Amino acid sequence: MAKKTTDVLVDPLINNNPIALQILGICSALAVTTKMETSLVMSFAVIAVTAFSNLAVSAIRHFIPSSIRIIVQMTVIASLVIVVDQILKAYMYDISKQLSVFVGLIITNCIVMGRAEGFAMKNGPGVSFLDGIGNGMGYGLVLMFVAFFRELFGSGSLFGVELLPLDRNGGWYNPNNLMLLPPSAFFLIGFLIWAIRAYKPDQIEEA
Amino acid sequence: MQQRDSLGYTLGVAAVLCVVCSLAVSTAAVSLRGRQEANVKLDQQKNILDATGLAIGEYGVQANELSASEIDKLNAYVSAKLVDLQTGEYVGDDAQLEKYNLVEEAANPDTSVPIENPVFNPGEPRRPKVMKVYFVKKPGTDKILQVVLPVYGKGLWGTLYGYLALKSDLETIQGLTFYQHKETPGLGGEVDNPRWKAMWDGRKLYDPSGQPAAMVFKGPAPKTDEYAVDGLSGATITSRGVTNLIRYWASDDGYGTYLSKLGKEMNEGTSSSNEGEE
Repeated sequence: MAKKTTDVLVDPLINNNPIALQILGICSALAVTTKMETSLVMSFAVIAVTAFSNLAVSAIRHFIPSSIRIIVQMTVIASLVIVVDQILKAYMYDISKQLSVFVGLIITNCIVMGRAEGFAMKNGPGVSFLDGIGNGMGYGLVLMFVAFFRELFGSGSLFGVELLPLDRNGGWYNPNNLMLLPPSAFFLIGFLIWAIRAYKPDQIEEA
Repeated sequence: MQQRDSLGYTLGVAAVLCVVCSLAVSTAAVSLRGRQEANVKLDQQKNILDATGLAIGEYGVQANELSASEIDKLNAYVSAKLVDLQTGEYVGDDAQLEKYNLVEEAANPDTSVPIENPVFNPGEPRRPKVMKVYFVKKPGTDKILQVVLPVYGKGLWGTLYGYLALKSDLETIQGLTFYQHKETPGLGGEVDNPRWKAMWDGRKLYDPSGQPAAMVFKGPAPKTDEYAVDGLSGATITSRGVTNLIRYWASDDGYGTYLSKLGKEMNEGTSSSNEGEE
């Protein structure tokens, strides 16, 4: 387990991406990726929660009784999520309105729980914190990738800036409504996993 | 360390953790509450300004792009009163007006009534007995230019909460905005599209027999239809929800009684003030 610090941070981006390889956290990746802006805020929220929950769980890992360790992790994660949600409501009200329940649902995001149980319980606080940031960024990267295509082809814009003038606003582009619905994220994530595994064949699971 | 799995130790860790976590959560909640409440209030004010067209009229942009001082300036046009929908009378004092919360009123069985109208139904279980309505007047004058009515009803994924602004004839719609909804972005979420919202300006709320008739058409609305706006493509259920909620709140179950009363008062008001001027 003597991984280098930079590996801990960079590995989850492509080599060990939580969504593309571990197939975790798909639910919110479908829900919040209709726009780049909401995806970006969601990514930062998840990065903050994974990083600090890893840090907290790792710091108290020697004191956690194994019989209630999952509940302890859950409590730490849930508290952090509530704090993040409160901060968004206070400082980014418009975006928190759009993200609605999905910030709260970070609690159930398997990436957070998975890293707390799988990494932070066995490693020191510093490296766990980096692992949290790395995995959060890996998640965010996929979110931004999916959101890029969904917003561009579904709404003709990126970060709310109109690039393809929509026909309903007097332009020429007839937006693809499928891109605005959750299934399109499934296709996009599928293509992404295909592309990553074509580039790195060692990620392919044995049948 | 060896007693890490004993009952006492486990309970102790759980208790300490709960205290620490609840402290963190409540600190965040309490210290940020002021800002959050200010955000909610500002958001509602902006939506009222958008429904009335004041922001576009004065500054040419949506209220979201205005500075705080510009919004304050426009808010001088807006005042509010509480109305009992059954009688159409004004009720309550300033303290109640300040405290009024639509969602809480509608959820409390003491302050709300069940919605059981078979013809006009917004798909919601209850409505408050008392609603907070807003008026647009020129600062310093008493002449009502517009009336803004809070409305709500079911869309596809949840309740749409919004404001319906009527011109001074109380029959013509000035604007409609939703400040809270859960519709799909790009489909039902297009209720927020300024181009779609602008279509409501000038639509008639009632047909000649006095029945609520304003609606969202399925597909593009015929140019001759003075009650309908274009449908939202790919959002049939949202469109239907908007029609249902507008018609419900325009009916006698909603603001009907109040609006006819207000109409009479305004007519008397203008004739008497005219006499005064001459």
